[in-house]
Amino acid sequence: MAELPVTMSVNGERHRHIVEPRKTLADYLREDCALTGTHLGCEHGVCGACTVMLDGVAVRSCLMFAVQAEGAEVTTVEGLAKNGELTPVQEAFREEHGLQCGFCTPGFVVSVHAFLEDNPRPSRDEIVEALSGNLCRCTGYQGIIRAVERAATTMGGAT
Amino acid sequence: MRKRSAKPPLALPCRPVKPAPFEYHAPATTADALAVLAEHGDEAKPLAGGQSLVPMLALRLTRFGHLVDLNRVPELAGIERHNGTVTVGTMTRQADLERSPDAAAVPLLGLATPLIGHFQIRNRGTVGGSIAHADPAGELPAVVLTLDAQLDIASASGTRTVSASEFFEGTWTTVVGDDELLTAVHFPVWADGAGFAVDEVARRLGDFALVGVVCGVELDGSSKVTRAAIGLLGMGGTPLRAAAAEQALVGTAPTDDELTEIGRLAVADLDPPADIHASTEYRSSVGAHVVKRALRTALERAGG
Ligand SMILES: Cc1cc2nc3c(=O)[nH]c(=O)nc-3n(C[C@H](O)[C@H](O)[C@H](O)COP(=O)(O)OP(=O)(O)OC[C@H]3O[C@@H](n4cnc5c(N)ncnc54)[C@H](O)[C@@H]3O)c2cc1C
Ligand code: FES
Ligand code: FES
Repeated sequence: MAELPVTMSVNGERHRHIVEPRKTLADYLREDCALTGTHLGCEHGVCGACTVMLDGVAVRSCLMFAVQAEGAEVTTVEGLAKNGELTPVQEAFREEHGLQCGFCTPGFVVSVHAFLEDNPRPSRDEIVEALSGNLCRCTGYQGIIRAVERAATTMGGAT
Repeated sequence: MRKRSAKPPLALPCRPVKPAPFEYHAPATTADALAVLAEHGDEAKPLAGGQSLVPMLALRLTRFGHLVDLNRVPELAGIERHNGTVTVGTMTRQADLERSPDAAAVPLLGLATPLIGHFQIRNRGTVGGSIAHADPAGELPAVVLTLDAQLDIASASGTRTVSASEFFEGTWTTVVGDDELLTAVHFPVWADGAGFAVDEVARRLGDFALVGVVCGVELDGSSKVTRAAIGLLGMGGTPLRAAAAEQALVGTAPTDDELTEIGRLAVADLDPPADIHASTEYRSSVGAHVVKRALRTALERAGG
């Protein structure tokens, strides 16, 4: 099938590649952009490991094709920290043992960034609900929930 | 920018690109999208949010020679309120429906939509995609049926409008033909003071429901039900209406015992599916309870 050119901004950098239409955005980020922070667990929408920001909202990068992101702004887990400084969310995951093997972590971190932007002062129930779209096989989730609480406090501390 | 050689080296192992190859179309108008569908017939498939279609392609449960991406057709998205109706364009994201002040005139939309998957799914998944996909456990298909919504369907040769009762044919099948698109859905606005509820049982937050109920009631001055609509999801091959239970409810101000009876009546003639998560008996038994619980909530909300 005809390969197509696609141009998008990834973490503020312009990327242009020729791809097969069937290549998912996740595979594109990992293979063509060499950004392997976006992980692939299930490749059919269930685990959330591949979550990225697409034009400001969190989406599953395994459930769209790279060609669909033509002209879009994509942020992956690599694009969150600025000037080598961890974000409050990343910091909180470290402090609260929100990760063990780290496989699921990029998806959680991106999702939590999006969630706290939307809801800066979440209740515990809201946090649990927001995390329902990401699976972790190691932590038992408690550390992750605490990390979100801590990040919300740190970030809210400014107001 | 990295250069790619014209031919990939043959020694490379097979890359993990899962779906079968397809030709990608990104029309900018509904008319162009319909023209591609008319040309390729059952070889072509509309791609909306991709939250159901892409998994099916990735798992190779299905394949199409042509995908017609609707995400670049602005005229297919948007929410409008006219007097007695809220009209939702097929490509409206579920997340946008959830937050829309116009859609608030149809409270079932705001109650049902947050129960669809997870927020990342709703950011991308569309209203029309969910309805056209017609999963029997989907929330929006049940809302469509319960509210007797009207659905606009277009093809290159014209547009038709069908009612919800004719729309769903079976699991994952509707009356929308291969060369057609669902373009918009019209949801009727009920009287002020009507009460609504959505209740479901799922194994985990965000999972498809094992059993679910969406319902609405209107009351007269003496708390008697004047209008009732009860829809069930996960209880058959399509969303279902509990017509006998609706009739039993109208004209009464039901006691708790009567609601138990109406719950039983709602599932009495059904033969719900059995799977690894729930048997037929379990779905019936839980279904009766959930109908009662949802109705109680809707009645409490009504009139207030
Ligand atoms: C992890 C996960 C959990 C989920 N949980 C739920 C849940 O709890 N409840 C629920 O209801 N859904 C759930 N979904 C499905 C989700 O709601 C999908 O968004 C929806 O079913 C399909 O909408 P879409 O826009 O993504 O459509 P797509 O996946 O793009 O399309 C689905 C089908 O509809 C067809 N189609 C789409 N638009 C049109 C149109 N305008 N005209 C004609 N045909 C069209 C497509 O060709 C395809 O066959 C879940 C999905 C995932 C990945
Ligand atoms: S890899 Fe995308 S959701 Fe699992
Ligand atoms: S830390 Fe191992 S899967 Fe989450």
